[in-house]
Amino acid sequence: MATLIVMPRLSPTMEEGVLAKWVKSEGDRVAPGDIIAEVETDKANMDFPLEDEGVLLKQLARPGETVKLGAPVGILGDKGEDIAGLLASLTGGSPAPSSAPAPAAPAAAPVSPAAAPVSAPPMAAAPSPTGRLLISPLARRLADDLGVDVRSLSGSGPGGRIIKRDIEQAAARGPAPVPPAHTLPVSAAPAAPVVTLAPAPAPVQPAPVLPASMPGAPDETVSLPMIRRTAAKRLVEAKQRVPHFYLTSDATVDALLDLREQINASLAAAGGEKISVNDLIIKALARALRVVPAANMSIAPDGQSAILHHRIDISVAVALAEGDGLITPVVRGADQKSVGAISAEVRELATRGRAKRLRPEEYTGGTFSISNLGMYGIREFLAIVNPPESGILAVGKAEKRPVVIEKDGKDEIRIQRRMTLTLSCDHRVIDGALGARLLAEVVKGLEHPFLLVI
Amino acid sequence: MIASDKKEAEAGKSADGGLDLIVIGGGPGGYVAAIRASQLGLRVLVVEKEHLGGICANWGCIPTKALLKSAEVFASLKHGAELGIETTGLKFSYPKAIAHSRKIAENQQKGVGFLFKKNKIDWIRGTATLKASEPGQSPTVEVAGKTLRAKHVLLATGARPRVLPGLEPDGKQLLTYFEAMNLPAQPASLCIVGAGAIGVEFAYFYNAIGTRVTLIEALPTILPVEDAEISAALKKILTDQGIAIHTGAKVTEVKKAASEVEVRFTSAQGHALTLRAERLLSAVGVRGNSDGLGLEALGADIARTFVRTDDRYRVLDASGQVLTGLYAIGDVIGGPLLAHKASAEGISCVEALAGVAEAARRKVDLTTMPGATFCRPEVGSMGLTEEKARATGRSLRIGRFPFKISGKGQATAETDGLVKVILDEKSGEILGAHILGGTASDLIATLTLARQAELTGHEILHTVFAHPTFAEVIKGAVEAAYGEAIDL
Repeated sequence: MATLIVMPRLSPTMEEGVLAKWVKSEGDRVAPGDIIAEVETDKANMDFPLEDEGVLLKQLARPGETVKLGAPVGILGDKGEDIAGLLASLTGGSPAPSSAPAPAAPAAAPVSPAAAPVSAPPMAAAPSPTGRLLISPLARRLADDLGVDVRSLSGSGPGGRIIKRDIEQAAARGPAPVPPAHTLPVSAAPAAPVVTLAPAPAPVQPAPVLPASMPGAPDETVSLPMIRRTAAKRLVEAKQRVPHFYLTSDATVDALLDLREQINASLAAAGGEKISVNDLIIKALARALRVVPAANMSIAPDGQSAILHHRIDISVAVALAEGDGLITPVVRGADQKSVGAISAEVRELATRGRAKRLRPEEYTGGTFSISNLGMYGIREFLAIVNPPESGILAVGKAEKRPVVIEKDGKDEIRIQRRMTLTLSCDHRVIDGALGARLLAEVVKGLEHPFLLVI
Repeated sequence: MIASDKKEAEAGKSADGGLDLIVIGGGPGGYVAAIRASQLGLRVLVVEKEHLGGICANWGCIPTKALLKSAEVFASLKHGAELGIETTGLKFSYPKAIAHSRKIAENQQKGVGFLFKKNKIDWIRGTATLKASEPGQSPTVEVAGKTLRAKHVLLATGARPRVLPGLEPDGKQLLTYFEAMNLPAQPASLCIVGAGAIGVEFAYFYNAIGTRVTLIEALPTILPVEDAEISAALKKILTDQGIAIHTGAKVTEVKKAASEVEVRFTSAQGHALTLRAERLLSAVGVRGNSDGLGLEALGADIARTFVRTDDRYRVLDASGQVLTGLYAIGDVIGGPLLAHKASAEGISCVEALAGVAEAARRKVDLTTMPGATFCRPEVGSMGLTEEKARATGRSLRIGRFPFKISGKGQATAETDGLVKVILDEKSGEILGAHILGGTASDLIATLTLARQAELTGHEILHTVFAHPTFAEVIKGAVEAAYGEAIDL
């Protein structure tokens, strides 16, 4: 019997996905585990594997089309099977998802009684193959209590079961977001080309060709990529809900930059990859969090308590191709890793991040963030906290500056390489004095870089 | 072994076909880790200095349970008149009970040896010493002059009795649990210092078979890690059974004479008391077997004899850096000091190093770790005590149901004790459960499973428990927590 293939949940936060590319053509045989399409989720391009077997009878969604979770993207059945009835039932209820290139997505999964949806792949955790929501009773109660929409979650428990931790994390991210109101199709921009394999350091998407300025021309509405839509929601929540305050300090980084040169000279001799200034700053932040563990804390979903993290997992902001936003892969246990190990890990995560090939667990669950715009010549800036984390370190460029120092009771002006660091803190869990201690430890690590390598 | 396990195990495998894993210690942590590693396709060697099965099988969990069963049957028969059993000339044969217990221990050892054969795991007897090797490599393991190498080395060396100054065991008058379960003859009197699980179990055993037992504990309650209400109830029951218990008491001096030990101690009220007993058992806790392994030279961070590890059981140095290829699990990394905790950690550790996916890897949640003390009535507990639950600041629902009221308790004359459950008021999350009663160590499994599966009090209310059973008392306690108890 022909069945509908529906949009699965491929990332923990996705509510809809863009069918980026069909891998299987109409008429192709599909075996369990076969990848039938690639889907652009809010975070990454993901493979869409099927658990069932049969023949792909119909591609309902067109490449580039946005499809809600659970809405049909195709039809699976036996070779030569008549699907006219199934097609009619789809068009009868709600607008045919296949008609427009990017229509407002169908309201709810329009599944006719005759056509049970094809089971989602195992990682699309929440709805099990039987359609039953896998969720622990405690998680369900907490979700009701905290107002978390469990249908928008994927579980981290055994077999993808939604457990208490998932609800607490979702609640910490904020209320169930409102679907974007304006998703108008863009006639000019072609469907985003999709990178299929990981190691593609070249820009993933060609930068859009900017139209020449046309005085008096009407404005144009451009549909945002999924990743930007998610970021937009998260950033609004963060700015509205997290009481930010900012601390700024300068560090003399002569010793740090000299050390980096020495390390890189020896690495180059051994044929290794260079470490970056940012790798050292990640290490300095991780070390500071170990020295000032009270700052490694998040506000609990209930707002009544704080969660003290005994792990130091640093989210590192990585810019994607222009206009595609950013992603924050997490370096776990950064305090316990050598600078070299951090460097290799960041490079690998960033490469896959730019290729939109990170798994959800690789870009969620950090305890503190770092964002560095020094390479763009920025002297200092104020970053937005990435909830449920309680702080983010904004790093400016290292540059020569005149510095007044006192020597033998006399002031003199020296030229030193300095860097300005700005810590954004969630005031609910980090007070000024605590944040100041943390930032002072970061500066101490950068000014005495042997602390980072012992 | 399932296919996906095989694939996952590639991550932990040694490239040159050599050993993947050396496990030091063949107790419940080490032997379980070795078998799980073998299931995952790793080549494993176990080094054990004495007996396979470790303290658990040879000198701990199992042989003591054999002794406790002897004592329990003896006590039941002695008090059997109520149930219509009259005995004359009932005697307890201490040597026979000990012989039975030792035989069980021997069988256990053989059982582990058989499992090793079945899983193709080699083991050697000897004392292991670790030596640093090249940077980025696991340490080498030296046993009896031979140097062994493996990709990973796992310490599962366990713990041994802690020695307090003035209570140094001599094996004759001043005992540790090793001697206390294998004495040449039943002592007429015994003083036990330390009322943790070991002290309480020996106190029960020797008292039940007719030895005069005095139990001295420095802290204000016996079983200090348990819920205070449970500890207080047990203290009363054990006192009624005939054990003299002094809590909050401090031993000041121990003098050995020819045929007895003189123990001076200060009671909680500040009185100086003197006690004479044939022997003294020191049960003041255990220390990690972290010494003599060469760990100090490797730079491992050892805090109060316990090895510090990260959440994947990788051994850390003083600055928190991972020591390459070195792992530790079980008693040697600290409490709770329980065989089942060691086994669970062993499995979690080798799954991580064999590359089992994070989501599928079994993780050890110490907040659901059950504890058990096997005196009669038993104590079984899981999760937070009432004191600790209150300290979280959450609103609680606490329900209690005494076995005295249960039909099964009355019918079997096992009326001592109660079930106490501590729930989060709003969500019904099971924060803690504490059982004092006949088979509490088994009953606690229901609540441990419930907490692990994130069931709430509501699911227990909606579950039908068979009648008449001890287990239905659990439901009674949850009903009481919601003010819905039928039989109270």
